[in-house]
Formats: sequence, structure tokens, C-alpha cells
Amino acid sequence: MNNEWVRDEITRMSGVNPKKCMRCGKCSATCPAYDEMEYHPHQFVAMVENGDIEPLLKSESLYMCLTCMACVERCPRGVEPAKLIEAVRLTAIREKGANRLKAEAVPAMLDEDTPQQLLVSAFRKYAK
Amino acid sequence: MQRIGVFVCWCGSNIAGTVDVKAVAQALGHEPGVVFSTDYQYMCSQAGQDMIKEAVAEHRLTGIVVCSCSPRMHEATFRKTAQAAGLNPYMVEIANIREQCSWVHKDMPVGTEKAIILGKAAVAKVHLNAPLTPGESPVTKRALVIGGGIAGIQTALDIADAGFKVDIVEKKPTIGGKMAQLDKTFPTLDCAACILTPKMVDAAQHENIRIFSYSEVHEVKGFVGNFDVTIKKHARFVKEDICTGCGACVEKCPMKKIPNEFNLGMDNRPAIYIPFAQAVPKVATVDPNHCNMLKNGKCGLCARVCTAGAIDYTQKDEYIEEKYGAIVVATGFNPISMDKFDEFAYNQSKDVITSLEFERLTNAAGPTAGKLIRPSDGKHPHTIVFVQCVGSRCEACAQKGKEYCSKICCMYTAKHAMLVRDKYPDTEVYVFYIDVRTPGKNFDEFYRRAVEEYGVKYIKGMVGKVTPDESGVLKVQASDLLDNKQLHIDADLVVLAAAIEPDKSARPLATMLTASMDTNDFFTEAHPKLRPVESPTAGVFLSGACQGPKDIPETVSQAGAAAAKVIGLLAKDRLKGNPCVASSNELMCNGCSSCANVCPYGAITYEEKEFRMPDRTTAIRRVAKVNPAVCQGCGCCTVACPSGAMDLNGFKNDQIMAEVDAICK
Amino acid sequence: MQVNNEFKPLIVAFCCNWCSYAGADLAGNNRLNYPAEVKIIRVPCSCRVNPMFILRAFQRGADGVILCGCHPGDCHYTSGNYYTRRRMAMLFSMLDYLGIERDRTRVEWVSAAEGAKFAATMNDFVEKVTALGPNKRLEDLRCKK
Repeated sequence: MNNEWVRDEITRMSGVNPKKCMRCGKCSATCPAYDEMEYHPHQFVAMVENGDIEPLLKSESLYMCLTCMACVERCPRGVEPAKLIEAVRLTAIREKGANRLKAEAVPAMLDEDTPQQLLVSAFRKYAK
Repeated sequence: MQRIGVFVCWCGSNIAGTVDVKAVAQALGHEPGVVFSTDYQYMCSQAGQDMIKEAVAEHRLTGIVVCSCSPRMHEATFRKTAQAAGLNPYMVEIANIREQCSWVHKDMPVGTEKAIILGKAAVAKVHLNAPLTPGESPVTKRALVIGGGIAGIQTALDIADAGFKVDIVEKKPTIGGKMAQLDKTFPTLDCAACILTPKMVDAAQHENIRIFSYSEVHEVKGFVGNFDVTIKKHARFVKEDICTGCGACVEKCPMKKIPNEFNLGMDNRPAIYIPFAQAVPKVATVDPNHCNMLKNGKCGLCARVCTAGAIDYTQKDEYIEEKYGAIVVATGFNPISMDKFDEFAYNQSKDVITSLEFERLTNAAGPTAGKLIRPSDGKHPHTIVFVQCVGSRCEACAQKGKEYCSKICCMYTAKHAMLVRDKYPDTEVYVFYIDVRTPGKNFDEFYRRAVEEYGVKYIKGMVGKVTPDESGVLKVQASDLLDNKQLHIDADLVVLAAAIEPDKSARPLATMLTASMDTNDFFTEAHPKLRPVESPTAGVFLSGACQGPKDIPETVSQAGAAAAKVIGLLAKDRLKGNPCVASSNELMCNGCSSCANVCPYGAITYEEKEFRMPDRTTAIRRVAKVNPAVCQGCGCCTVACPSGAMDLNGFKNDQIMAEVDAICK
Repeated sequence: MQVNNEFKPLIVAFCCNWCSYAGADLAGNNRLNYPAEVKIIRVPCSCRVNPMFILRAFQRGADGVILCGCHPGDCHYTSGNYYTRRRMAMLFSMLDYLGIERDRTRVEWVSAAEGAKFAATMNDFVEKVTALGPNKRLEDLRCKK
């Protein structure tokens, strides 16, 4: 995959300009899912900027982001890391067969308490 | 009809190498009005200048065209020559046939042809030149300094020491400004009050300085050398000349629960108060919003205890009119409001404070007498977290903070951290930084000392959120970028290095002074490199943080520089203006205000004038009037004028048209 | 495109005294060549240039008019070039409406340090105007002697 093309596509999709980042780390400081993530929000921004996208596409971190947008709210430079992560996730999911959530895996997850709406939104978020 | 002399310079071979100067002189000699035309090796030499002078006398020349180098080079030289020959200096025009002809064209016929055309354009312009005399205006030998912080005090002292009268206008009841609130100053750690208060006293006792405290600039009219300023002196309900500052009234006042602004609301003051012990002038001030006597006529205790009889409940705001030759703006800065930074819980917890509040908290004259305690429970804090860049270096459109670096925070945070570790070695001190910026004399050494000697823990990263829990502990969640970790710290005190912004009074003041400001409300300087203490408006100078974030040494040096500029201006008896200014033809002017709207200097005013009409009646019309002392001669108004009444001396419409015509012939 | 090699356009350049005129001087100091067809008129500020001057130049037979000023934000008179920018936008759209080729007019910001830019701009402008050929539409033949 052409890294530059992917990078441009990700920045285009997300509307995020990673060059605005001044490496303060407030996104990672504010992130509630920090400990679950292999790559943290500030690393997403730096790695996308450097075109270092392969490891991000393979990382579980993509699915650990809660999309709570705390980093977007707090970022002093208006970089909006969550949107960037969302775009990387989309890029991964759009690859053939890379759906995070497959229909056949759903029955195992079901229990009485799971609202159906959760499944619908999970499909929207984690599957093509 | 003008009698014009043309002088073509060879400039050695610089011009003569690619331009046939003889042909140029000959061709221009045939132009209408040209009665004399010659060429010479070096026109700017003494011999060349003598040649011009002789020709003026011999041929009774009224205008001169010099075909030579750029007017930016020698226009002044030839103007002086003309003046020495008895001509008006503004009857000289230069045709630039070196930089813009011989040096850029290699071909002799082409260069010669262009030189002739440029010469013709200059001749055409000189035909329409008129003698110009620079206007003169007297200079009022008194300066006004707006703002009584360290910038204003230093400027005033320097001007006063040079022998000129200075007035300081300060809106607070005392001068001293932000520096009076500080504890120690970096990088030498000398106490702010020890170095500032003697200067305040100097200012108060100086025979050339008057201090208008509790006052504001109400109105500014006039121009450089001749400002008419109205100062509004707020009623302080105490006669300044009688009050001895004994403080008996302050003790007896029953209204004791008013947040004390000087200590940033961390303790209380009475309704009649003296901001701090070394205040200048040391007189009491009644707060009309809280005084019972002023609000409902019941009390009057302070008047009864005042042995000097200084209390006067009937005092009214006073307006003082004064003339000034120069105005120095020294309105200073304030920390920004923390309201928009919810994540740091500034409004939820008393133990989250700004750095200026921390200064008061560690100041021996502060609300805790210098004992560092948590404002909420008075306990000694064991873990302190400093957060840098709160509101600084933010994206402009985020609307939360400021785009610029506030410059002083890195250093004062290092100072605070160091002082805490010095006084209370049992405290853990964390500083969260994005970058540590210490470009100043002995600044980086100071910061390194904080880390190496005092063991302050500097962590690269930002605090994401602060959550106070029930027990009063502040849960700080932050990132450590170098360790790639998320940190969770239980802090007792969190100190926010809030960005600084210009004082709110600066914008209306800039409008009054027609001085320009940038988008952040800092005053802009006339030139960012070469005229850093002057505003683009003549006679208005800048001192201190009103022009941009500054620490004390920088503020003081700028204050001195501004004072030097003011002294240079006041030392003159009369000011000579630039005669190439706009002027309006009253007969054509409609009084539409188009010109005044585009004027960057506020040089255009309107007056009602009587005119004889063709039918022999008299009519009163509103016409534009340009103040030649204020106009800088950009010519913007000439284009804005719909009726063509406005014109620019030296670059008149018909002169430029004539140049266009000559070139296009 | 067939370019008539014989055709030498007449270009009038208005340069502000503080930036662009100094930039032109710098081009001279550095001996950076540009066509001799360019004739410079000095004005105190680009905002001194009345649109009438430009129309006058075209009326009298100029083939192109270029206006140079300080970079936005650098105006010696604080705000003059902002007015220039707006006024010229108006004038150029009017010229567009009249069917005058867009390449015959130009506003360029040239600082006092940009001698090279000045020369390059003039080279490019002259080339474009030469390609357009003589200005026939606005020239007033009654002004020809």
C-alpha cells in the first residue's frame, strides 16, 4: 500500500491536519482508554503525519478508542485526534475482509442485557 | 511655464556603460520647458552639485530633473543642492536610470530609449510640481504615561530625570501594577517589592512627576506635540492631600467582607481600604459599591475616626484637562480567565489556583503571610502540580486561549517550583511542560538549577484533567510523553500557568489614540525591528506588556527606550512635518467622510465652513480638513474621495497622470 | 500560439516607495535583467494608485499595467495595501466585464528584499502580455499623435 496515498486519504476523510500538533500530549493525558491502547492518541497523530500507518492499521488500539472525543475537546491546537483514529479505523475496515465485527460472531456476544441498539451501532462502527 | 534644467549623470560607467548619456541629455533638451540640459560624470559629487547650482543661477531654472541613481539614494542630496541654489527643494525630481535602467538592461539602444522615456516622465512631473514647505507645530513639553506599573514608572522616571514634566495616569488606587503583587523575581530571586517600592517612592517624590491614581484617560484629541487629553479622576471619597494613610478608618470600617482584589480575592478587605502597605499614593479609597454610607447613608464611621478630616462622602468624579507633547502607553497585562478550562477544575476547587494567586500565597505580605497552605483547608500541601501553557499556544479558532506564547510562564514556574522545594523540601513538585523556553540571560541555568539542585520533577506532557474527590485530594491525570505513560497523581495543590492577555482597557484606549492593535489586542509597533517602541501614530509610544508579553528586564529596557524617544521629541521646540501630505479642495469636498473612514491615522476632521455661493448667498458646508502634522502621506484618501477633492502633495493626481502620459507617448 | 516577435509591449508598473520600489532597486543592484518595456512610476503607497491611473495608462496605449506593493500586513502605512487589494479586485472584475484580458493587469506583493521576485515577476508579466498582443480595446486612438 502506498503510504503517502493512505496518509492523504486519512487526513482527507477526517479533515484533520496532523501538522498542527505541537506534541503537548494533552490528548493522551485526557484519554480514558489510555491503558487499553498500544498506540496512544498523540502517537496516532505523529505516526499518521510520518506516514507510519501500517502498524496503526494492524493495532488493536483502533478498537479501544471509545470515541468519547475528550481529546478533541481538550486539544489546544484543534487537531482532533479522535477523528483521525476514526479515519484510520475506517481505512482498516474498508480493506477486504477486515471487518472487526462479523455477523457469525454476534450470537456468542448476545445476552439478555445487551440492547439491540448496541449491536446496530457496533456494526456501524466496526464493520463495512 | 517652468524653466527646467536636466542633469544626466554617468555614474562613472555605471550608467554611461549601457546608456548613451549624451543622447539622453540631447533628447531631453528638446522637451517643452527644458531650457538647459547637460551630462556629467558624477552628479552627486561636489563638482556636479556646483554645476547644478550654477545652472540654476545662469538659466533662472525653476525646476530640476536629475537622471541618476535611485531617489532612495540621492533625492535628499539633490534637494539640498536645490535649496542651496535658492530653489524650493521639492522642485527636484529624479529619473532612476541606474537601478531601474542601466543595471538591468544590457543593450545600449534599449537602455538609452528607456532612460529618455523615464527622463521625459520626470520632466512632465516637474512641470506640475509646486513649492512645498513643511508645516511646523509647537511641542508641549509634557508627557503622559498611561499605566503605573513598572513600565509606566520607569518611563516616567527616565523622562522626568531628563527635565521634562510627566503625568502618570493609573486606574487603580495605587501605582505599582502587577510587579507589586509578585513575590520574588527570576532569575536572581530578589524580592519584587524591595526593588519596586523605592521606584514608586521616587516617582511620587519627583518634582517633575504627577501621579493621577484611580483615574482614567477619558478623551484624547490633537496630534504629536499637541495632544489635548481629558483625564477622569474617579471620586475616592477621600481628600488625597489631607489623608495621611494612617489606616484608622480601615480598621474601624464595619464592612470587612469584601474580596480583596490585590490578593486576587483570597482574603477580604473593608469598604475603605489601602491596597497594600507600600501603596503610592498612600491614601485610603472608599469602595462605593460596598460602603454603607454611600449606599444608604447609614454609618459614617470612617469620617468620625479620621483625625485629619479627610473623608468626603460628597466627592464627585473630576475631569482634568491637560496638554501633552507625547503619550506613552503602558497599560500592561492580565492573566486570562480560567472559566473555559473546565478540565482543570479551577472553578470547582479552591486548591486549583493560577500562578499569580500562587505569588500572593507565597508572598510574605500576602493573605497567608508567606506560608504556603491549601486555600481550602489551610493544610500544608505535600504534592504540588504545576501546569504550563494553560491557554497559551492554543489554536486561534478554538476560542479558548491565546495563539501566542506568553513568554514569562516557563521562568516563573521554574521559580515557583524552586522556591517551594527550597522552603519545604518535603514537598513533591511536578512541572508538566510542552517545551521549556528559557531564552534570556541566566534563564536556562536557572531552570537547570530547579531540576538538578532542587529536584523539581519536570515531565514532558500535559495534564489532561484534574478531578477533586470528596477528601479534597486533586486527582491529576497526565501524560508522560517521554516514558509513554499515563500518570495519575494525587495532588494537594495545582497551579496553572495562565496565559497573559493585554488589559481590557487597551482597546478603547487604542481607538482614542488611533493607535493600531493586532488581533490579540496588543499594540502594534511602527516597525517590528527598527521602531519597536513607537506606535504607527506619531507621538504615541509603547512601553511594556501592552505591546507583547514581556518579563521585567525586558519591560524596563523597553520603558527606557520609550523614554528616550519621548525625550527626543520633547527636546524639540517645533516639529517639522513632511510636506508631502494630503490636502482637500474645499470647493469640491462634499463632506461625505469617505476619506476619514480610510485614514489610518485619524488625520482628517470635518469643519463647518461658510462659502459664497454663485448666487451671492452664503452657505455653510461640511468640508474635510487634513491635519498636516498627523497625515503621513500614504494617499489612501485621495482614491477614496468620490469627488476628487482630496489630493496628495508631491504625488498629485495630475502629476502621476502626466507621468503615465509621458511613458505611454 | 503564434507570438509576434516584433511586438514589444508597453508596461506601466506602479511601485510603492517602501517595499516594491526598493525591491526594484535591489533587482538593479543584483543586475537581474528584466525587459526594458517595464517603466516604473513611484508612488508613496500602493493605495495611492487610483484606478483612474490604470485606465489612463490603457487609454494612452499601455499594453499591461502592474501594481506592486508591500506584502499584506507589512504596509508602511499599516493598512494601505488592504485597500489596494480590494480596489483592484473591483477594477479587475470590471475590466473582465469589459472583455479586457485578465493577464494585462496584475497586483503583486514585492518586499524590499525580493529583488529576484521583482525581476521574475516582470519577466513573467511581460511574457504574458506579449503573448496577448497589443491592447486594442482600451486604447484611445485620438490620443495617438
